[in-house]
Amino acid sequence: MRKLALSDEILLTVEKPARYIGNEVNSVMKNKKDIAVRFAMCFPDVYEIGMSHLGIQILYDMFNRREDIWCERVYSPWTDLDKIMREQNIPLFALESQDPIKDFDFLGITIQYEMCYTNILQVLELSQIPLMASERTMEHPFVIGGGPCTYNPEPLADFFDLFYMGEGETVYFPLMDLYKEWKASGASREEFLRKASHIPGIYVPSLYEVTYKEDGTILEMRPKFEDVPAKVDKQIVMEMSEATYPEKPVVPFIKATQDRVVLEIMRGCIRGCRFCQAGMLYRPTRQKDVKVLKDYAYKMLKSTGHEEISLSSLSSSDYEQLEELVTFLIDEFKGKGINISLPSLRIDAFSLDVMSKVQDIRKSSLTFAPEAGSQRMRNVINKGLTEDDILRGAGLAFEGGWNKVKLYFMLGLPTETEEDMKGIAHLAEKIAKRYYEIPKDQRNGKCQITISTSFFVPKPFTPFQWAPMNTMDEFLGKARIVNAEVKEQLNRKSLKYNWHQADVTILEGLLARGDRKVAKAILAAYKKGCIYDAWGEQFHYDRWLEAFDETGLDLDFYTTRPREMDEVFPWDFIDIGVTKKFLEREWKRATEETVTPNCRMQCSGCGAMRYEGGVCYEH
Amino acid sequence: MNIRMKFKKHGCMKFIGHLDIMRYFQKAIRRAEIDIAYSEGFSPHMIMSFAAPLGVGLTSEGEYVDLQVHSCESSKAAIKALNSVMVEGMEVVSFKLLPETVKNAMASVAAADYFVNFREGYAPENWKEKFESFLQKEEMLIVKKTKRSEAEVDLKPMLYKAEIRDEGIFMQTACGSVNNLKPELVMEAFVKDAGIELAPFALEVCRLEVYADLGDETSRKLVPLEELGEDIEP
Repeated sequence: MRKLALSDEILLTVEKPARYIGNEVNSVMKNKKDIAVRFAMCFPDVYEIGMSHLGIQILYDMFNRREDIWCERVYSPWTDLDKIMREQNIPLFALESQDPIKDFDFLGITIQYEMCYTNILQVLELSQIPLMASERTMEHPFVIGGGPCTYNPEPLADFFDLFYMGEGETVYFPLMDLYKEWKASGASREEFLRKASHIPGIYVPSLYEVTYKEDGTILEMRPKFEDVPAKVDKQIVMEMSEATYPEKPVVPFIKATQDRVVLEIMRGCIRGCRFCQAGMLYRPTRQKDVKVLKDYAYKMLKSTGHEEISLSSLSSSDYEQLEELVTFLIDEFKGKGINISLPSLRIDAFSLDVMSKVQDIRKSSLTFAPEAGSQRMRNVINKGLTEDDILRGAGLAFEGGWNKVKLYFMLGLPTETEEDMKGIAHLAEKIAKRYYEIPKDQRNGKCQITISTSFFVPKPFTPFQWAPMNTMDEFLGKARIVNAEVKEQLNRKSLKYNWHQADVTILEGLLARGDRKVAKAILAAYKKGCIYDAWGEQFHYDRWLEAFDETGLDLDFYTTRPREMDEVFPWDFIDIGVTKKFLEREWKRATEETVTPNCRMQCSGCGAMRYEGGVCYEH
Repeated sequence: MNIRMKFKKHGCMKFIGHLDIMRYFQKAIRRAEIDIAYSEGFSPHMIMSFAAPLGVGLTSEGEYVDLQVHSCESSKAAIKALNSVMVEGMEVVSFKLLPETVKNAMASVAAADYFVNFREGYAPENWKEKFESFLQKEEMLIVKKTKRSEAEVDLKPMLYKAEIRDEGIFMQTACGSVNNLKPELVMEAFVKDAGIELAPFALEVCRLEVYADLGDETSRKLVPLEELGEDIEP
């Protein structure tokens, strides 16, 4: 039997000890003696969140298929255990072997959202690995980052030895092979990093030098050596149906956020919403064959025993074989006690029919994400959904028995006017009105329309990467305008309005478009005790403000400052296939309120065609 | 068909709480393709009920859960299928068909056996002697706190058996919804009586068996829950 890293006393003291013991169904145990590379895969948040992440499950399975590699998992200890580990000097350990992370060859960290940056430092410190990459020696693992936030890795550049740009299924094995060769050679750490930088998609921050202009913007970022590439290419999987996918995902004992089989049906999105980073990063859109998915559904349900299956993609309604897949899932599994959970689908006759089969209409709600209140604003952001679409969909649903609607919007979008904000309330009112048009005896009591707004954060590699962000006061002022307008509506009793915290958004904005200078502020905030910033009750905005003050960082420079079209961005050295020219064109079309057709209607020449596949070559 | 399944829970599985063990078995039953029955209604759930929840931190040699299945090839086959999908620390040991007349596991529970020992380095000095003299007491009084009140309770009538075995203590106590005595409470009464200060987490507790009472009001006749069922032969 395995010896646990934590004593019974500690495990019986902390909340949810199951977070730290491993041993889950389908977790992989190997014999250390046969292993050449030990890889610790980390999601820097609490276990239940980290275990819900599909990407780690894919890579965990991929690595462990190789006999010479053992990939294990590690998550952020919750604050209760964090305290005990610091007091007793217990090194952070991997769940499977319970061995200290510091003895591994690699620590891979997936970086899914900006608000986990301080947790990355927590994981490093608890692992007893120096926080600064420059202070690591031959005794330490290489720390490699991946995931969406690495598309601007610069605020974290000081803490990582390497970053992996793009989808993990492609060049990890060449990197591991290079590592084995290097380990046998006995050469220096620098030597490995230098060679790793030659692998397409691998970025080694220490091999680049950044110089700044007087105004604080970047003058130039360039490799220190001639053999280090000036541009790092995003890696993507082109043959989705053949790509590695876990048939036996790990099944947690405690309830994780995602406690179900997840079928990834498609990567990328054809829509081209101008605020959406994923929509640009994962171009071109690539679909998985429905036959492959059916096969995975059987295998994964059998190997996990999950009672639910769900689909994953950025926009499931755009998956061309959706009807066949969903019908299959219902026919095949509904009678066997398996729930089918559908992601937010475009509301139409088909999706309503399907939803009525798989969920309880009285309890479930319809979700629309118009993102903006007025048609003008929706044209600016290139969100194809019209008021007619929404009212027609809602009408159909109301007649089918639904009475709950959720609406998602953003505030603080570029060019936004007061009319656009009020449009949010007006749209909700029209939906409520549509509901009350149904004769009283045919409807299901009152309707409940929940309006949620988040605040817009401009992200790298989107047409809005040049956009100034709103200040906290502007954000909150806008939320007040919407709130007041909602209260003015005739059906206000059927409308409920929620808005996001603004301070977290400001910080997210700074980290999203930050440069290398931001690292010292992240470090300072961490030293002040900031961790779990994504968890409302753990978030201390005041500590962050102090950290900016002490490190001389100007919040406005990163958030509200208008950017020149020719500004060199910290992330410009990454080539995501989509060209800066295209983004520039889209930014201009946004200000002209011009809609750009989706990838299936017409190619807009974004640049992703060079990958020679996916939607660009579909028909 | 009503089935009574017995399983063991060991090692790190002691950190998995009762609700999560229920979830664990729901998934394990699907993995093993046991032909389980579901309830009616919009969101059907498996028809299964556990005998007596085991606290976090305790191991067990004898946990019980009742299930309803549509079909079963044989007890042996079901045990094999289930054990092929268990994690380390979980083991199914019996899978028996219950006669229609038998009450469900939870309603049947009357007593349980436990083995209690001191974690390494935590055993009080001369504890064996002191425990022997504790067992001779007429009464074993302890203040039991409930949400509303505090009352002094005598544990002795609920402690059916107790003796020193090897380096630990075997005890049989009342268990279930009528009377329930946790071994930890016996130990609390003991250390209080002996004037010993016991550190937190000093004890390791393993449940050994759970019983139904087939006796009458005057005398108990304890029978392990699994003995109320029969093996299914192929």
